[in-house]
Amino acid sequence: MIERIKNLQTQAEAAILNAKTSEELEHLRVAYLGRKAELPLMLREVANLEPALRGKVGKAANQARQTLESKIQDRAEQLVAEELDVRLQADSIDVTLPGAPPQPVGGLHILTSTRRELEDIFLGLGFTVMEGPEIESVHYNFDALNHSPTHPARARTDTFYVAQDELLRTHTSPMQVRAMEAHPPPLYVVIPGRVYRRDLDATHTPQFHQIEGLAVDEDITLADLKGTLLSFAQAVFGDDREVRLRPHFFPFTEPSVEVDVSCFHCSGKGFLADGSRCYLCKGEGWLEILGAGEVDPNVYSHVQTNEQNTPGYDPEKIQGFAWGLGVERIAMLKHGIPDLRLYYENDLRFLEQF
Amino acid sequence: MKVPLPWLREYCDPDLDVRAIEERLTMTGTKVEAIHRHGVPWTENFVIGRILEAEQHPNADRLKVCTVELGEQQPATIVCGAPNVAAGQTVAVARPGAVMPDGTKLKRAKLRGVVSEGMILAENELEIGPGGEGIMVLDSLISDGRHRPGTPLDQLLAISTEVIELEITPNRPDCLGVYGVARELHAATGAALQAEPWLEDPGTGGPLSEVEVTVDCPDLCPRFTARVFENVTIAQSPSWLKARLSAAGQRPINNVVDITNYVMLLSGQPLHAFDLDRVAGGKLTVRRAHEGEQVQTLDGQTRTLDAEMVVIDDAQGPTSIAGVMGGERSEVQPDTTRVLLEAATWNGPNIHRTSWALGLRSEASGRFEKGLAPEQCMHAQTLATRLMLDLCGATLAPGTIDIGGAGQESDPIYLRNSRVLEILGIEVPIKRQAEILEALDFTCKPNTDGLEVTVPALRREDVTREIDLIEEVARIYGLEGLPATLPARRGAAGRLTHAQRVRRVAEDTVVGRGLHEIIGWSFTQPGLLDRLRLPEDHPLRQVVEVENPLSEDQSIMRPTLLGSLLDAARHNVSRNRPDIAIFESGTVYRAASNGLLADEHHGLGVLLSGSLSPRAWRGEQSEADFFAVKALLAAILERFGVHWSVTEAPPTRWPFLHPGRSAAVLARGSDAEPVSLGFLGEMHPLVAGAWDLGRTATFAIDLGKLAKVAPEVRSFEAFGSFPVLRQDLAVVLPVDVSARQVLHLTHKTAGEKLDRVEIFDVYEGPQVGEGRRSLALALSFRSLERTLTDEDVAPLRARIIDALKELGGELRG
Repeated sequence: MIERIKNLQTQAEAAILNAKTSEELEHLRVAYLGRKAELPLMLREVANLEPALRGKVGKAANQARQTLESKIQDRAEQLVAEELDVRLQADSIDVTLPGAPPQPVGGLHILTSTRRELEDIFLGLGFTVMEGPEIESVHYNFDALNHSPTHPARARTDTFYVAQDELLRTHTSPMQVRAMEAHPPPLYVVIPGRVYRRDLDATHTPQFHQIEGLAVDEDITLADLKGTLLSFAQAVFGDDREVRLRPHFFPFTEPSVEVDVSCFHCSGKGFLADGSRCYLCKGEGWLEILGAGEVDPNVYSHVQTNEQNTPGYDPEKIQGFAWGLGVERIAMLKHGIPDLRLYYENDLRFLEQF
Repeated sequence: MKVPLPWLREYCDPDLDVRAIEERLTMTGTKVEAIHRHGVPWTENFVIGRILEAEQHPNADRLKVCTVELGEQQPATIVCGAPNVAAGQTVAVARPGAVMPDGTKLKRAKLRGVVSEGMILAENELEIGPGGEGIMVLDSLISDGRHRPGTPLDQLLAISTEVIELEITPNRPDCLGVYGVARELHAATGAALQAEPWLEDPGTGGPLSEVEVTVDCPDLCPRFTARVFENVTIAQSPSWLKARLSAAGQRPINNVVDITNYVMLLSGQPLHAFDLDRVAGGKLTVRRAHEGEQVQTLDGQTRTLDAEMVVIDDAQGPTSIAGVMGGERSEVQPDTTRVLLEAATWNGPNIHRTSWALGLRSEASGRFEKGLAPEQCMHAQTLATRLMLDLCGATLAPGTIDIGGAGQESDPIYLRNSRVLEILGIEVPIKRQAEILEALDFTCKPNTDGLEVTVPALRREDVTREIDLIEEVARIYGLEGLPATLPARRGAAGRLTHAQRVRRVAEDTVVGRGLHEIIGWSFTQPGLLDRLRLPEDHPLRQVVEVENPLSEDQSIMRPTLLGSLLDAARHNVSRNRPDIAIFESGTVYRAASNGLLADEHHGLGVLLSGSLSPRAWRGEQSEADFFAVKALLAAILERFGVHWSVTEAPPTRWPFLHPGRSAAVLARGSDAEPVSLGFLGEMHPLVAGAWDLGRTATFAIDLGKLAKVAPEVRSFEAFGSFPVLRQDLAVVLPVDVSARQVLHLTHKTAGEKLDRVEIFDVYEGPQVGEGRRSLALALSFRSLERTLTDEDVAPLRARIIDALKELGGELRG
């Protein structure tokens, strides 16, 4: 009898393994474990056996039944999974159709994302961001910035006026004195904003954007200016960039410099791998990016001392640097934008590129 | 400023090529903007020739066939059309292969049947003179033995000159002369500097009897000098002078005028030549002009002056505008024999004003307006006297008129050694500081903590303080070696303000919803206000006007972002992009009434037109309308957790909006009164139509006001651990009961257990009857203490239904 149980188990196990569908497996379950099947029958009749055999046969039959039940269960799960797989495979789609409904993709204007990138770099260097009026007084725009009464920028051919002593600011620099009047030293600020000059051609638009920088403390040197702008240039144009300061003249800085960054297109060599002249830096190896300098002591003398900025700005005790850079120019260099007018045309084919 | 390099090298000749000179000048503050080659690009194939024969061309009246000796075995045949060509002349010849200044390459050519093996040249063909008299005849220039036929032409004439174009900053009028640039080059390279060319004066001081000069306004004319030359022969200048002036960008005219220009280019000091016989009464007076006085200038125009301008006049009235332009009446003529040379110093700001007011800018005014030193007058007189004697056969009348004299020597400036380090962040040895300053013509004496420095006359205006000296030291010492350090940044903590963060988040929110940012012009045209249907008394008409706009289209500052949004929409629609979803975040401007400069605020404007999403193979398209922009606005405002609402506004408030589909946007912070943030609505069809747009929806809000009501820091609000119980309720109400009334009443009635209520369906139609609509409400109940059951909320629900009945509502289905 035990032999028979073994045979039945072997036979059933083989059949279970070979079952191809859940249905076939159900037939097997009925055939081997159903009410009328041989194994359950044996179990039921164990009681009729002679006592010596009862235990052995009972145990063997019970074990066989449990094993088969678990095998059927395992196989059933396997078959359900396989069958689902088959159904899912039949349920395939064209994955190359576009996503739907479409999610429109928006974007910041390249001047805004560039301005924010630059702001973030200077935030990281410890500068705060300030803003100021675009309609400005002649006092803050020119006089307080040490412009001589004959400075050509004052002319109505160069600067937009809205009244005798009011104009559209020609640079973000008027905020230098305003910032100092609002805060005592030490002061570390950048001032992004829109500025205006009376020019219109491929390289000039009557409005454009600048970011002014101003750092004033007891001991800020020209070397500090160089280090700050080097960090900035590397953050914008890459870690291998260098900056050079070229002496220049601005009425409100002394010494004044123009700042060049080594050309990122030709790595400052001036020519490309094929030996041709670098179109970006025109063979110079350097790109002019901004004007800067140590704040002229005369500028401090225009800072009114008041409650907010006590003890005020004494040029014998404090010193610092300032710069002004053009956002359009940085974006133009970085993204290869050929014509300034593209910025203000707002053609979606342009806007969507950035 | 264009400086021919050979001229510069006459005074300072470093052993450097033009590129290295460019680098040194640029890195010490005299930026080289360009390097040109004036004249021909290459000197090959330009030679001296001698005309052996000049025969009439067989087929052309005006041409001659010349046989020209060029130093080769066979003379060349060259056809020439110049009237002055003749046998025996020594001439300049371009041979086939020569490249002319305009880049064309000369070829052997057949002219009316005769082959010409080159070209006999006129001055203007080489860009070394005005030409006009035919070919150049070199007979007077050549010395036998050195200039045989075949000799390269550039050994005789400067036919190919390197010219450097410099950007001279406005503080350096001394560098508007070649010698000043030479001094810079000397300081920048260490190469020797030749002595100042004006040291030896062939003239004499003392009174001058030929002419009388009075200066009535010494405040505007610090110095006036004059010399008189007699027996002057007006003629063309010699070739070298014409070539040099041409290379420097000046047109040669005649010897006297050319001398004044040459001296100005060398010394930086302009001069003016009068024909003394045409100075009425032989007396000059420098005075302020009379209001409305007229003078005819050298360019043939009549100029009307005002009382702040300075004229030089004679017995017949003004003969020139001082420092700006000479007058026609006393101009040097071909028959002039007596010349008065004037070199004066004028008040810079005054000259600047005059030349701008008259729209008359000249080489002279460009120099005077920057402020020249009185000392320069005699530099110029000295140089000019030498040339007048040498080139015009003139005799100098003894004496010099000199009113005002040299300038006042400035006090010495102390340069503290410690200060150099403090400002620059790098140590410059004191010996080197002195060397640099002396190379720039400053005088240095050692002092306790540095140097006592005397400023040269020509730098008196520019260098007045210690910091100016430090700049001089720094630029010549070189900034290349400056270390790159970072400031200490005491107390610096880089951060954005709340208002700046609000702006960024608002922009990012709309970008995340698929809108593109545009950047428009701050300027707009007054016609915009009409196209927006703004009545005369509308507050948006209080615009800031630009007094000197580039054009009428840009003559006012925009009072709203709508103009640029509509312009950008039209631009793209007309380029076949009918679906528009754009925004602008920028400043708008209004005239201020309270004494401030202007009222500027930062707005956020959104414009939607056409379909909200692109056509797709699945999903429905919906059109931009009021509710689409309202949802967008909600996305922004709820991002900041502000309490907000919309209310109907009278149609006169925003006449550019659809009167039935527009609203005011109100918001309030935790404690404050509601503020008006802006407007929301569909564009009035007439306005949209004016921009060729169909249905268009928009909103514009003041981000500054939003920042004020948006909490800077949001505090945690407990939401409990018990689940929310949701129930729906559909109620039919008269259509004139607003959604806001329903929501408000529901909240008020249900009390604090009602966490949220939302309208998720709106139905109007036959099933609910005329004049009525069904609103489906989604109610969320919640308690912080326990899980709510349907039984808990049943009384609340009943109260809501009762309350809505009072608005004319009835429960649906």
